[in-house]
Amino acid sequence: MNVLKNKRLRALGMTIFSILFLGGVVILGLTLDKGNIVTHLEIRNAPPTLEHLFGTDWLGRDMFTRTMMGLTLSMGVGLLGAFCSTMIAAVLGMVAATMGKVADAVVSWSTDLFLSVPHLVMLLLISFSLGGGAKGIIAGTALTHWPSLARIIRAEIMAIRSADYVQVSRRLGKPGWWIAMNHIFPHILPQLAVGFLLMFPHAILHEASVTFLGLGLSPHQPAIGIILSESMKYLSSGLWWLAFFPGLCLLFAVRAFAAIGGNLRQFIRPSSAHDAR
Amino acid sequence: MQLEAKKLSYRYGCYPWLFREVDFTLSPGEVVGLLGPSGSGKTTLCRILAGYVKPAEGRVLLGGKPITRKGYQPVQLVFQHPEKALNPRWRMRKVLKEAEVEDSILEALGIQSEWLSHFPGELSGGELQRFCVARALGKGTRFLIADEMTTMLDAITQAQIWNAVLNAQKQREMGIVVVSHEEKLVARLCDRVMRLSR
Ligand SMILES: Nc1ncnc2c1ncn2[C@@H]1O[C@H](COP(=O)(O)OP(=O)(O)OP(=O)(O)O)[C@@H](O)[C@H]1O
Ligand SMILES: [Mg+2]
Repeated sequence: MNVLKNKRLRALGMTIFSILFLGGVVILGLTLDKGNIVTHLEIRNAPPTLEHLFGTDWLGRDMFTRTMMGLTLSMGVGLLGAFCSTMIAAVLGMVAATMGKVADAVVSWSTDLFLSVPHLVMLLLISFSLGGGAKGIIAGTALTHWPSLARIIRAEIMAIRSADYVQVSRRLGKPGWWIAMNHIFPHILPQLAVGFLLMFPHAILHEASVTFLGLGLSPHQPAIGIILSESMKYLSSGLWWLAFFPGLCLLFAVRAFAAIGGNLRQFIRPSSAHDAR
Repeated sequence: MQLEAKKLSYRYGCYPWLFREVDFTLSPGEVVGLLGPSGSGKTTLCRILAGYVKPAEGRVLLGGKPITRKGYQPVQLVFQHPEKALNPRWRMRKVLKEAEVEDSILEALGIQSEWLSHFPGELSGGELQRFCVARALGKGTRFLIADEMTTMLDAITQAQIWNAVLNAQKQREMGIVVVSHEEKLVARLCDRVMRLSR
């Protein structure tokens, strides 16, 4: 019992810490003075000091401010893209599993189609045809990341619909919507949450690569992908702080999302917490 | 109102026929035993009678009419394995709420109130089976199909559960099908016996 309690406490601590970290980044990203990231040539290439925690770059811009703003922007883009994609997966999975053979065939066919074209190519095409920018990237990630999750959701719903306890429920006279809300949705919620959290780092990394190729966010927006790709050029000249701190922060942000996701799953699925005993 | 099966035949996919042209009638207040060796299709027949599976040939009629799929079904089935018949994410309280079981039945089955806050994974097979029986004994149940309902229980629990079920049966004039491998139990409970062979 004590071990279980410790485990729960640690999980709770990790979750709170992660939420505080992400919340802090977003608050800083939204409130820090934009004046810190205009050109100050007199303080350029300064290593980390108390005044500039992450140092400054070749134009004298404060890297701490850039990193926080970049992370906030990237998280926004990534979250929105991953969220839309999860929704698409949920709806299509549900349609495929419940609306009959024709709907299932259509969804399966488009799932296969989207899976057979490389992610990045599709993403580039969609971003490009929407004229680039944040809108293009969000639409691109939303439209390219759903297929594998949709497949999982479809299989899960199919399996649970034939489970004995759902059949019993139907024969107890429960209407379809009641069964969906009480049996099926709680069952696929963890899958959706996990799918969403696994998609999130993908979305950020794809945002970075599309941006790097010049089809994503404009170079004036301090997205984390832009910061990292720019900083690569200065690594060899000894300006290690340009890539190190932003990279580390990105890592922490991704880890924080994973931690929240993992603990959320435990919370939603009490049976897995009981296994720990 | 009678539960009638007319010329039922069933096979799984391309496997050989499990049974062919089985006729069966169950009247209110009647307790009928269903015996047969393992694998003879008892569970399959139960699932067909309760409307979980469509027969390959033949029909199941309730009061002379085909079974509708809407609303509370007067024919309820208790499964052989209770752990598969309960949502693992639900506390037992919710299971009882889903079926709107009367308190008198809970009492007769010996369901204890501290079990209500547990998940299925935290209760024993016998405890779980009591919930499954309670769930099948809702107000609208006219026929109960008990597929090896008490096979994994000790004699005392077995007696307690059957007592509760038979009391409800007498009160409401229910018809019951008893599937079991125990000839003694069947002989004690049933008015007549039907045998399936391989
Ligand atoms: N889903 C399935 N697909 C193919 N064959 C099946 C399936 N379910 C059951 N069978 C086969 O059908 C036969 C009858 O199974 P059933 O469960 O009805 O037997 P039973 O009389 O209830 O046996 P027991 O007394 O062991 O419970 C068995 O030979 C079994 O292997
Ligand atoms: Mg059986």
